Amino acid sequence: MTATQEPTARAEIGRDRRRKEDQRLITGRTRWTDNITLPGMLHLAMVRSPFPHARITGIETEAAKQSPNVVAVLTGADLGEAQGACINAWPVVPDQVTPAHVPMPSDRVAFAGETVAVVVARSAAEARDAAELVEVDYEELPAALELKESAEAHANGGALAHPDLGTNVSAVWRFDSAEAGTGGDVEAAIAEARENGIVIEREYRQQRLIPAFMEPRSTVVDPTGEQITVWSATQVPHILRFAMAATTGVPESKIRVIAPDVGGGFGGKLQQTPEEMITFAVARRLGKPVKYTETRSESLLAAHHGRDQWQRLTLAATKDGHVTGLKVDLLADLGAYVAIVGGGVPVLGAFMFNAIYKFPAYQFQTTNVLTNKTWTDAYRGAGRPEATFAIERLMDELAAELGKDPLEVREMNWIKHEEFPFTTVAGLEYDSGNYEAATARAKEMFGYDALRAEQAERRSRGDKVQLGIGVSTFTEMCGLAPSRVLGSLNYGAGGWEHAEVRMLATGKVEVVTGASAHGQGHETAFSQIVADRLGVPFEDIEVLHGDTQISHKGLDTYGSRSLVVGGEALVRAADKVIEKARPIAAHLLEASVDDLEFSAGRFAVKGTDQGMAITEIATAVFAAHNLPDGLEPSIDSEATFDPVNFNYPHGTHLCAVEVDTETGQVRLRSYACCDDIGNVINPLIVAGQVHGGLVQGIAQALWEEAVYDDNGTLVTGSFVDYLLPTAADTISFDLDHTTSPATTNSLGTKGVGEAGTIASTPAVVNAVVDALRPYGVHDVAMPCTPERVWRAINSGGSGGETTEAAAPHFDESEGAAQ
Amino acid sequence: MIPAAFEYVAPASVEEALAALAEHGDDAKIIAGGQSLLPVLRMRLNAPEWVIDLGRIASLRGVRDGGDHLAIGAMTTHHDVGQDPMVHEHALLISKAITHLADAQVRHRGTFGGALAHADPAGDLGAPALALDATFVVQGPGGTREIPAADFFVDLFETAISDDEILTEVRVPKYDGWGAAYEKFVRIAHQWPIVAVAATVRLEGDTIAEARIGLTNMGSTPVRARATEQMLAGQPATEEGVAAAAALAADGTTPPSDLNGDADYRRHLATVLTRRAVLAAAGRG
Ligand SMILES: Cc1cc2nc3c(=O)[nH]c(=O)nc-3n(C[C@H](O)[C@H](O)[C@H](O)COP(=O)(O)OP(=O)(O)OC[C@H]3O[C@@H](n4cnc5c(N)ncnc54)[C@H](O)[C@@H]3O)c2cc1C
Repeated sequence: MTATQEPTARAEIGRDRRRKEDQRLITGRTRWTDNITLPGMLHLAMVRSPFPHARITGIETEAAKQSPNVVAVLTGADLGEAQGACINAWPVVPDQVTPAHVPMPSDRVAFAGETVAVVVARSAAEARDAAELVEVDYEELPAALELKESAEAHANGGALAHPDLGTNVSAVWRFDSAEAGTGGDVEAAIAEARENGIVIEREYRQQRLIPAFMEPRSTVVDPTGEQITVWSATQVPHILRFAMAATTGVPESKIRVIAPDVGGGFGGKLQQTPEEMITFAVARRLGKPVKYTETRSESLLAAHHGRDQWQRLTLAATKDGHVTGLKVDLLADLGAYVAIVGGGVPVLGAFMFNAIYKFPAYQFQTTNVLTNKTWTDAYRGAGRPEATFAIERLMDELAAELGKDPLEVREMNWIKHEEFPFTTVAGLEYDSGNYEAATARAKEMFGYDALRAEQAERRSRGDKVQLGIGVSTFTEMCGLAPSRVLGSLNYGAGGWEHAEVRMLATGKVEVVTGASAHGQGHETAFSQIVADRLGVPFEDIEVLHGDTQISHKGLDTYGSRSLVVGGEALVRAADKVIEKARPIAAHLLEASVDDLEFSAGRFAVKGTDQGMAITEIATAVFAAHNLPDGLEPSIDSEATFDPVNFNYPHGTHLCAVEVDTETGQVRLRSYACCDDIGNVINPLIVAGQVHGGLVQGIAQALWEEAVYDDNGTLVTGSFVDYLLPTAADTISFDLDHTTSPATTNSLGTKGVGEAGTIASTPAVVNAVVDALRPYGVHDVAMPCTPERVWRAINSGGSGGETTEAAAPHFDESEGAAQ
Repeated sequence: MIPAAFEYVAPASVEEALAALAEHGDDAKIIAGGQSLLPVLRMRLNAPEWVIDLGRIASLRGVRDGGDHLAIGAMTTHHDVGQDPMVHEHALLISKAITHLADAQVRHRGTFGGALAHADPAGDLGAPALALDATFVVQGPGGTREIPAADFFVDLFETAISDDEILTEVRVPKYDGWGAAYEKFVRIAHQWPIVAVAATVRLEGDTIAEARIGLTNMGSTPVRARATEQMLAGQPATEEGVAAAAALAADGTTPPSDLNGDADYRRHLATVLTRRAVLAAAGRG
């Protein structure tokens, strides 16, 4: 065979390739977990507790068992230890209080929505019908619901989420720059500022949010083969396999986990869920394939929630606006159990409150609290949106106090571009960045000065519609990796990623990654990387992932890590392919290894027209008829990459809102952002990540909130009341990039999956508050509902909490045959 | 999201539908577009044994010119009503309200009669129907009766239609030359209104000769803003002329308190939205 293809004419990296995966996703040709149908497959329906905290005193399953085509009705007692356990991978302190998390408890439920029995039937409809017939007797227990009260329960006899633990406080985690040797004493800085400077003290609420991915969670388990095969709508097939094996005693080698195409996650699918464990246990017990697919209501109720913190903040500054210290005191609501990352979410924020600034002193403390509500865990940004919100709100407050432009105050305090790499007061080393350049570009796109002029004009005219301008300059640590750093924080796993490149005999290439895409477009971006590296056409590369039988090793997708960690593993695997091919090329070309150069997919003998494509070498290796003595007949390669540092994308986001002061309605007017995410592999995919991220962050600022009533019932239990925005609610965003390549991976890339979400929330709230400053308003609680904004204008304060119940739009009382 | 099992029948005429209703009584539910009924069934808030589908009854579909009024068939979809040129000409307020009702998918399935029979006080059609003094035609075992809009809405999800009756059409008097506006206040686009105001006015020169105003979600049924209507008559169609009257819009209302707003906030919104709706209806918005 001879070389059949031209060397790739144009660099793939930087090209806005349409996503390979979209054709099958958009046309419905793919198979989601719920589409999988196996011979003899049975269906599950869960019976869930309506009470947030109750003792289970009896479960009557006979009627359900008699229901048509019901095969079994199982309780926690029936399944016993075969259920395994839901693990917490990150005990943030050695003495963390961690309640045991049995997937289906037999004695006590700890949140409304917890599963107490499972019905197995021949069809999903019959399982649902029978689930209604299961009678559970509960003895209600006092429930720990309100976060601040729950944090004090051990001292004042309040309700305990888990009575036998004696406290709701799971952990207190602390960082102090003076103790760590990374900075000064924050108390001294605050004392000094009280005397001679400015002290800003605020308390902000991070409301509870629900990840609300598009595809509800679904799991199919087939126990009939030598390996038990688990299909699940998960972000973390490798971690799920580990957790299933570790907690059930089934050997890891006997479990195969497949994450087929997965419809979104946003962190909400990085859990090892009770439902997955119950489905696994039922399949093993009955010896038959089973499927469980949650309803949207179940998803909102029982899939993990996000955020939910109180933030008590003290910022000390000199009279001219140089920040001298920041003190952060958090209360974080973990919900009923410490989820897989759970208590680590606030800790992920601990290193980010100092953001892009050169603060001399810093102290952080989080108190992680158990309550009888749905458990919380990572949600897009995990810890960093909370931190960014707090500091960016404070910087605007400082600017207002000083009567200065908020960008000017930020510039006084931020790290200058010539100061990189820079070690922060939280002890991280930022590799690269240029805040001046990103800010200048964002201001230009936004038309900052003209909007300020319009704002002044509307103010002086007393316009009923006021204009507000919000600033958010952010950085984040992402690319969840450095295994050693994670280890030093007691994290239960490493942060490396694995990749493999297989050179097929026909010149095609299979790439295997341990990252597990669920909407990000890895197949496209990773193909572009390999196409450039190996000089093979983009179309000839197949990216395989999400199946432990194919991708045997991996740490999956979350924390903006897939490209910056997984992509680098891929580069290294591809480079190994080239190095393995080199002696074979030399042998076949009858040249010295030193005389070969590799470019655009070809080994050429310097100074001649002799050469050979790497794909031809793959064919030659397949035949193995003529290889150098002693060389193994393979150029396939793998690599596992563990970076030495996180990476630190940054950006400047500017938001303009119009506030109707008569109604409190907030409308987005314009939004410009300039993000520095290092080198860009695929601008189209990046734009998609930024747009989606922005909308999710804006939604926290304006629309979304998970609300519980005093009975511990989730009031926002459907999309009628949990307000997810659609395209009709947002505007077109102006996006651009500056480029400071990362220095910790060879592609120079930084994560972008969470950037938009992290930056946008404070930009919007700052804009709302900015519009209302003439009315004496200095805070509006999130989400900034029209009612809150209106109350803030008319009676001060931040607009109060969301209290009332949802309005019914469906007649629950009506007619027939209840 | 799987409803409990039920028997399904799709009669070809109103008479057959009435017979099915008579036969199954309390065990039956009528389904029109299903946009309110199906969520109830899927969430298992209700489990009728019989579902009687009006979808095959051709006579219930379409808009007819009835001389001094328009007759809108109960099974005419929101989309079809919204696109109808006669509705636009003679009952502009209804066209305006429908552009704000739910989303395109729901407007293609949900029906005019179904929405009104459902009687959600946050529904967008009740206030316009009330403001326009529509007449509801229902058919039952004893024949046909006409119910004036003022008597039709009884309470939350409750109308004057009896269990053995079917709403067949809604007659809307013609309001030729009246301006109209529907001010719907929502947090996100596809939401039910927190408060909405349906206003239609007849101008004589620059003066408001007559105004009709219905309020959505300001009580357990749609309500008229009578005090405002009365005060508007004879006022100039200007911001100043309208403001004082609009300030009375919430008088006598008992709006709910829920996640999206307390009653006092809703009362305030009603006054602001009424002023805007009237000015917009008068072409001054
Ligand atoms: C996502 C979504 C958003 C929505 N947003 C809005 C909104 O913003 N504003 C708004 O106004 N509405 C909204 N709706 C409701 C929509 O207007 C429905 O069309 C309407 O409520 C019911 O009409 P239907 O034809 O679907 O009736 P169905 O759901 O079929 O029936 C509703 C009720 O009326 C009864 N019924 C129906 N027809 C008759 C009849 N001819 N005689 C007697 N009884 C009858 C049924 O038995 C049932 O109890 C929304 C619905 C959805 C699903």
